[in-house]
Amino acid sequence: MVQFTDWDILKNLLLAARWTILLSLLAFAGGGLFGLILTLLRSMRSKITTRIIQTYVEIFQGIPLLMQLFLTFFGLSLIGIEVDAWSAAVISLTLFSSAFFHDIWRGCIEALPKGQWEACRTLGLTYLQTMRYVIVPQAMRMSIAPTVGFSVQIVKGTALASVIGFVELTKAGTMINNAVFEPFKVFALVAVLYFLICFPLSVLARHLEKKNHVAR
Amino acid sequence: MSLVSLDQVHKYYGENHVLKGVDLKVEAGEVVSIIGRSGSGKSTLLRCMNGLEEYQKGAVIVDNQSVENDDYKLRLLSRSVGMVFQNFNLFPHMTVGENVMLATKLVMKKSSAESEMLAKELLEKVGLADKFSAYPGNLSGGQQQRVAIARSLAMSPKVLLCDEITSALDPELVGEVLKVLEKLKQEGMTLILVTHEMNFARDVGDRVVFMNQGRVWETGQSDEVFSNPQTEELQSFLAAVR
Repeated sequence: MVQFTDWDILKNLLLAARWTILLSLLAFAGGGLFGLILTLLRSMRSKITTRIIQTYVEIFQGIPLLMQLFLTFFGLSLIGIEVDAWSAAVISLTLFSSAFFHDIWRGCIEALPKGQWEACRTLGLTYLQTMRYVIVPQAMRMSIAPTVGFSVQIVKGTALASVIGFVELTKAGTMINNAVFEPFKVFALVAVLYFLICFPLSVLARHLEKKNHVAR
Repeated sequence: MSLVSLDQVHKYYGENHVLKGVDLKVEAGEVVSIIGRSGSGKSTLLRCMNGLEEYQKGAVIVDNQSVENDDYKLRLLSRSVGMVFQNFNLFPHMTVGENVMLATKLVMKKSSAESEMLAKELLEKVGLADKFSAYPGNLSGGQQQRVAIARSLAMSPKVLLCDEITSALDPELVGEVLKVLEKLKQEGMTLILVTHEMNFARDVGDRVVFMNQGRVWETGQSDEVFSNPQTEELQSFLAAVR
């Protein structure tokens, strides 16, 4: 039987952590982009798009991410589209985080006083000018802290991708433990690695929040 | 043709009949004060004149343009009608100068240099020449409101709508804002103001419109309306605010 030194364990976990980080980044970028599109569409206040987007958000916020992963992974192959664990994880996490990002950003836009819109209207600005010069800059300032905060949720959410066979940090931990039978040591290391990824993000979120409060 | 002309304007909020057939004509250069109890429809009336509120029946014509719920038409209208709000509605993330220049650059398509010259001139007029680079958050309420006036004037409107523009101010700051309005009147600007400043309405305003229950209840020359109110409702209103 192959012997694993502690360094071997750590090295393998670190290698797997790359995939956790990459998956998080892809989900953050994809979810952010898609969430942004949803937010802009919604701010146009058409009743039908609002209704559709609302339903979308409710569905993705109301179903556990685990089920979303299962449904994407197994569901797509059922209708003839073969997806590997990678694609399924990226698609699920993107859809999942877009629903939350949209909700965060919509909240920030709606938190702005109605008078900002009215002032722009009386000055003759178009919708796009209003968004670009007045609404988005203010909403963005407000949204930085909760956005960074939610990215911590994304990182932790990637752990669920292990159940569809995607080898990231959690899955690697499970596999290594199956070889070395030292669950406490292995999973403690896994936990520490997650913490080292998430903690700086939390600190950043808190720092940005404080800075924002002072600016007001 | 009057500069502003309202003809049998009706407005409903759902079941609530807020404006019940309002007729009003304002000539260029006039200063008209709209007074009345809260809920009498005076702010709504004002907001119908620049399309911030839709109306269901009747006609509103300002500067020969029909005020309709059409984004393009309302944008054109914004060059004729300026508005100043109770809560200033300045853009807090921009400096005073940027606030005033935003629409001249984006809507009037003036160059940066031209916009800046105009902004400085207007800020000078409202007595805030030294605040060009300040942020609204660092100004007093009275100063902010004067910036808002300058911002509206930058579009060189033919009529300025003022919606209770001194109501959010501390009493000692009201005067500086009213002084600016007086100056505008002397320059021939048409002003329509919803106001609680009865002294201003009487001394500076040409005409007073008393709104009650969604109707123009009584109207006339300022001094006359104040010294000799005809209806019981206006008499009791004036007694209450004095």
